Amino acid sequence: MRLTAQGLKCVRGGRDIFSGLDFAVPAGQALAVTGINGAGKSSLLRLMAGLLPAAGGAITLEGGEAELTLAEQAHYLGHRDALKPSLTVLENLDFWREFLGGEAIDGPASLKTVGLGHAVHLPAAFLSAGQRRRLSIARLIAVNRPVWLLDEPTSALDSSGQTMVAALMSAHLRSGGIILAATHGPLGVPAQELRIGGDA
Amino acid sequence: MSLIDLANPTRFLALTARVLPWLAAITTVLLAIGLYQAAMAPDDYQQGATVKIMFIHVPNAWLSMFVWGIMSVEALGTLVWRHPLADVAAKAAAPLGAAFTFLALVTGSLWGRPMWGTYWEWDARLTSVLILFLMYLGIMALWRAVEDPSRAARAAAILTLVGAINIPIIKFSVDWWNTLHQGASVIRAGGPSMDRAFLVPLLIMAVAFSLLFLTLHLAAMRNEVLRRRVRTLQMMQASRQAA
Amino acid sequence: MTSLAALIRRDIVVALRAGGGAMIGVLFFVSVVVVMPFALGPDLALLKRIGPAILWLGAMLASLLTLDRLFTADQEDGSLDLIVMSRTPLELSCAAKALAHWLAAGVPLIVATPLIGILLNLDATATFAVALTLLVGTPALTFTGMIGAALAVTLRRGGLLLAVVVLPLSIPVLIFGVAASNAAVEGAMPFGTPFSILCALSLVSLVVGPFAAAASLRHGLD
Repeated sequence: MRLTAQGLKCVRGGRDIFSGLDFAVPAGQALAVTGINGAGKSSLLRLMAGLLPAAGGAITLEGGEAELTLAEQAHYLGHRDALKPSLTVLENLDFWREFLGGEAIDGPASLKTVGLGHAVHLPAAFLSAGQRRRLSIARLIAVNRPVWLLDEPTSALDSSGQTMVAALMSAHLRSGGIILAATHGPLGVPAQELRIGGDA
Repeated sequence: MSLIDLANPTRFLALTARVLPWLAAITTVLLAIGLYQAAMAPDDYQQGATVKIMFIHVPNAWLSMFVWGIMSVEALGTLVWRHPLADVAAKAAAPLGAAFTFLALVTGSLWGRPMWGTYWEWDARLTSVLILFLMYLGIMALWRAVEDPSRAARAAAILTLVGAINIPIIKFSVDWWNTLHQGASVIRAGGPSMDRAFLVPLLIMAVAFSLLFLTLHLAAMRNEVLRRRVRTLQMMQASRQAA
Repeated sequence: MTSLAALIRRDIVVALRAGGGAMIGVLFFVSVVVVMPFALGPDLALLKRIGPAILWLGAMLASLLTLDRLFTADQEDGSLDLIVMSRTPLELSCAAKALAHWLAAGVPLIVATPLIGILLNLDATATFAVALTLLVGTPALTFTGMIGAALAVTLRRGGLLLAVVVLPLSIPVLIFGVAASNAAVEGAMPFGTPFSILCALSLVSLVVGPFAAAASLRHGLD
């Protein structure tokens, strides 16, 4: 499997965000997208996720399932956590599991992996920002997708959270997955770097 | 045991746990006596036996207004005096007020059926009570709309006080509106002066229903205190570090 | 199909748990209907004649105001991104959300109709007719309104703009809903004529609504 992009161009709100972007990420490898604030890291990820139209260029996922789009074979972890405060932690996770793939996994075990084992049946409204982030990350391991598109995965997380994310990412890469992550600091796993925008 | 002691939720729970069974017993006894007396009272020469709905309708109608008054005092307790249990009391009172208002509407409607030929008539009194019912429901909806009870408390308190000011205005406006459309018969409760045979059961029922409100109010307050404790425990549980 | 069932279930649970739940829509409906006689006068004969119309207007307004959050809530917390990306066709997801909305917000209106019918001095036939037309017509209101709700996501203003856009589209449903109710009461025309047109309108909206909404959502994502 290999994720390639050629000549990607993004226009947003009439503004040219970036153009002529090329990269290739083979299976088992990660790409760290870096750049100053506003350079277009989030836009690139949303473009890859199909949430933004590409103004030019092509994206290909070789070795994936032919009838599915890239978005349908990817997980997207954005800035917002896609949680309903009135549902419990487990209900939130179970919903996404059923909606995205329906695989039967042990919900409480996944929650324990991300450090939310003590909050399984509590309303999600009572979670802190870091805990909400952990719950969204639980979604990544609850449903299998080969490609992970992560927008600053470690934001809001403390050091134990960052270690946890790094461990999950390593496991995903070891099983042949691909990761594209926008980040300000080191990812915690070996990765090529793609810098958007000039140096500051 | 002073009022200050009641401000402490734990003491409040302990006190009401002891008092509530007695209150419930007295309420039941009074209701039984009142209902018996009401059944024994003579029929009205004009309305027949249906006048006896009055013994339930009038206390409920009176209570529907009274409970808003209590809620207003509790609202002042929240906003002005910062009494810790004031908002608990206000939240507990709203559904009870709505229930008494609803009972007043239903019994009033049943009482009016022989008079008007329909179950509803847009006369001044019943219409005002209907508006009051909607206001109670609005307050209940407001309580549920805000997740944090103490923020909801301030919003509900303000709305309660605004409502209290508006109730006389609404009553006056509805009376005036009703006189514009005079033509339908106007019902008079039990006649201009009430015979003693009616008065005694009515008063007993009024006291009985008031005690019923007090009993239910305290019970509902207990539930609310416990509910908030559960919420606090859940929040503490969430913030506990994972093992 | 389990994914759609999960979506419907989640939307209903959230609607019932959060905020005022189903009560708010019904409360608004009741308030609108109660307010009308203050403007029209308490003439019971008049209210009986226009009762079906008042109930339909109330249902339409209540439906409009609750539709505002149909998609914007998901867009705000990031759920919409994931729904768009998923393997479930977006048209079906939109239809599922509209169905959940109708179950949580529309059905309570129908249940409340008999009680409010009493206030408007409607007899049993009229009340039953109105309830039946609402049962068939409120899905049309929801599935037509969802187009405006999807547009509201793009526009980020929602609220009144959604109402302005959706009201004209809902007029046919209103016309035939009231006509069918009146036909049942007055018998000037057979009940079946306007009622079957009402059913047809609902069925058309069940198809057009989700497609238009999905197109708006895809177009408006940023």
